[in-house]
Amino acid sequence: MDAIVLQILNGLDKGGAYALIALGLTLIFGTLGVVNFAHGALFMLGAFCAVAFNHLIGLEQVVVDPTKTTAWGTPLETRVPYIEAWLGDTGTAMLNYSVPLSILLAIPVMLLVGYVMERGLIRHFYKRPHAEQILVTFGLAIVLQEIIKSYFGANPIPQAAPDMVRGAMDLGVLMGFDPGTVVYPQWRIVYLFFSLSVIGAVFAFLQFTTFGMVVRAGMADRETVGFLGINIERRFTLVFAMAAVVAGLAGVMYTPILPPDYHMGMDFLVLSFVVVVVGGMGSLPGAVSAGFLLGILQSFASMNEVKTILPGIDQIIIYLVAVIILLVRPRGLMGRKGVMET
Amino acid sequence: MSIIRRPMNRRGLLKAGATGGLVLATPTIISRSAWAETNFRNDPTNSKTVTFGFNVPQTGAYADEGADELRAYRLAVKHLNGEGDGGMLSTMKPLSLNGNGILGKKVEYVTGDTQTKSDAARASAKRMIEKDGVVMWSGGSSSGVAIAQQSLAQEMGVVFMCGLTHSNDTTGKDRRRYGFRHFFNAYMSGAALGPVLKKEMGTDRRAYHLTADYTWGWTQEESIANTTEGLGWETVNKVRTPLGAGDFSQYIAPVLNSGADVLILNHYGKDMINSLTQAVQFGLRDKLVNGKNFEIIVPLYSRLMAQGAGENIKGIYGTTNWNWSLQDEGSRAFVKSFGQEYGFPPSQAAHTCYVQTLLYADACERAGTFNPAEVIKALEDHEFDGMGNGPTLYRGADHQCFKDVLVVKGNENATSQFDLLEVVEVTPASQVTYDPEIFGGELGPYKV
Repeated sequence: MDAIVLQILNGLDKGGAYALIALGLTLIFGTLGVVNFAHGALFMLGAFCAVAFNHLIGLEQVVVDPTKTTAWGTPLETRVPYIEAWLGDTGTAMLNYSVPLSILLAIPVMLLVGYVMERGLIRHFYKRPHAEQILVTFGLAIVLQEIIKSYFGANPIPQAAPDMVRGAMDLGVLMGFDPGTVVYPQWRIVYLFFSLSVIGAVFAFLQFTTFGMVVRAGMADRETVGFLGINIERRFTLVFAMAAVVAGLAGVMYTPILPPDYHMGMDFLVLSFVVVVVGGMGSLPGAVSAGFLLGILQSFASMNEVKTILPGIDQIIIYLVAVIILLVRPRGLMGRKGVMET
Repeated sequence: MSIIRRPMNRRGLLKAGATGGLVLATPTIISRSAWAETNFRNDPTNSKTVTFGFNVPQTGAYADEGADELRAYRLAVKHLNGEGDGGMLSTMKPLSLNGNGILGKKVEYVTGDTQTKSDAARASAKRMIEKDGVVMWSGGSSSGVAIAQQSLAQEMGVVFMCGLTHSNDTTGKDRRRYGFRHFFNAYMSGAALGPVLKKEMGTDRRAYHLTADYTWGWTQEESIANTTEGLGWETVNKVRTPLGAGDFSQYIAPVLNSGADVLILNHYGKDMINSLTQAVQFGLRDKLVNGKNFEIIVPLYSRLMAQGAGENIKGIYGTTNWNWSLQDEGSRAFVKSFGQEYGFPPSQAAHTCYVQTLLYADACERAGTFNPAEVIKALEDHEFDGMGNGPTLYRGADHQCFKDVLVVKGNENATSQFDLLEVVEVTPASQVTYDPEIFGGELGPYKV
């Protein structure tokens, strides 16, 4: 039982990341009709906002000690972050909380990246076939990856969670299990709540604001909204930027779980597309629920008991489920009629 | 046409006699050399230069390791051509090189990108051989890629000096006459780790393996499990994980309640960084199981991996081929050269690539030719020292180097960003030497 609880937690956590990326993908697809293969790269850019922020506040004062030398004969350098030298304990605390603090950098950066991407490139492909949209966005993803690699290198760059939530938590005690049986990393719990909060915020924004109402109307019937004199294009540009921010935030907070490297976006992209297809193209609740569902299924498929019966199932489960869902419900779990059917 | 043979005339007899006399009068050394210098691919006899190929991962997950390998190769070429401080040329024993290239020819090089993919590596190597005329090529950070390139070496008749490859198969069942490995292997890691694990963790342990699902992972799992079972440990489970899984949490969670008190991560590169980071996050290192502290072992370490895993490596045991903190003469000379050239110390990948280049060059000098069949013979059963690993044998039977193996652990009191691994024990070569027949395999012919 404890093993099942652990895998459910794992699945929810993994599903949180899938759901956040798939949510942005669906928003873009639902509003602009664009299949954005650069969305994984936006997740990766978000993660590198955390790395850049950490580098920025971790800039070091280099003091050369001429009395000591390195193993290769150059004078020894002692490094102290400026922020610690200037602000003392406050500086140390800022370094400790650099991942959550980097959200402050990621939001404007991702808004800008999203805006520039949409205005500079994507809008020229609105009326082009989906195949061309896929090619151009995939190409863009590769360019973004290579830019990051040329600056930050190919090796993963570890980012530490704040000390307070760095360890593991004994959830078993809270759930009535024996102590030590359901132990789960604290940061993953933080990530789960964070992803639920962002998903909630996006839904609330679309549901309870006038802007969101117009966007939903635009998603349902773009032409009619246009006839009402509303500049839906401009709103959709902002939706694109918002989707970029959602992917970016998902990336920022994922860095303590997975040390970021330039390729991390591609690893999530394919899975997120499957999530969108399973959830139903253009359906926001579908994307979110499919994200969590596939995350949990993937975790269960990796259990030794399951793998003993079906070897290799952990590597194909997501695609297997996608095939079954598409056979039974061709529009996905919550797909709308008419999307990608013309 | 007449079928009647004419008797040899006087002029013909004189010509034949003169030719025969000339052949007999030619000193043996010249005729041997002349014979040796022909009939092999990319013979550089008529050129003032000789070209090496350095095929390393320049893109993909191992690009940083590839970049470090390339730095080492550039340094090796510089030293071979008599530039810089000479590095290990001043410590290598025996040494036939004299800092004026190889056999008087200046060394040049071309580079390629393996992308850590077998097909891309083979294509790149083929281009180097056919278009650039390399006499030897080297590099790489994956056993699958190394094995694929060794096969190509045998097909093309050009020597391949492996870069970083740790699978037993490279010099085991997939060994090739034209392939040579200086790096140690999974068997040696197990043999070196065994005594240290016994001393540090005892003989009553239960181990759980997470293994990268490809040739290197399988052989490492087998070698380490053999070692730990030999100590009396029980193997609880061996779970194969897909290469590049990213999030390993679903594989780590079952470890928690499996009854295991040791997790062995048969992962390398990004997989190791991710699995170790996540295992530590799951609180495994703080766990008490069967009344013992839970331990994690990473049988193959590298400094770049240690950098990627950050502070999660502290106190975790593993093995490495070489570490820049070694204080022998050869290591210090290499670290000094490399550090002054690039501003930081070399990785173990850089070390093995540098040494491989010098060893090949020295073998050519000793053989007096670039003919691969002769160079191979010069490398086989060659004993050398002063290259950072103590007295070393390039065993002829399987082309595997036998030298001391370092057992290391993540440094708990690092003094710099490079001071990540602490050498716990230097296991002598005699303890990691094995019978070449245990892994099977055939080297193949000298002449192809």
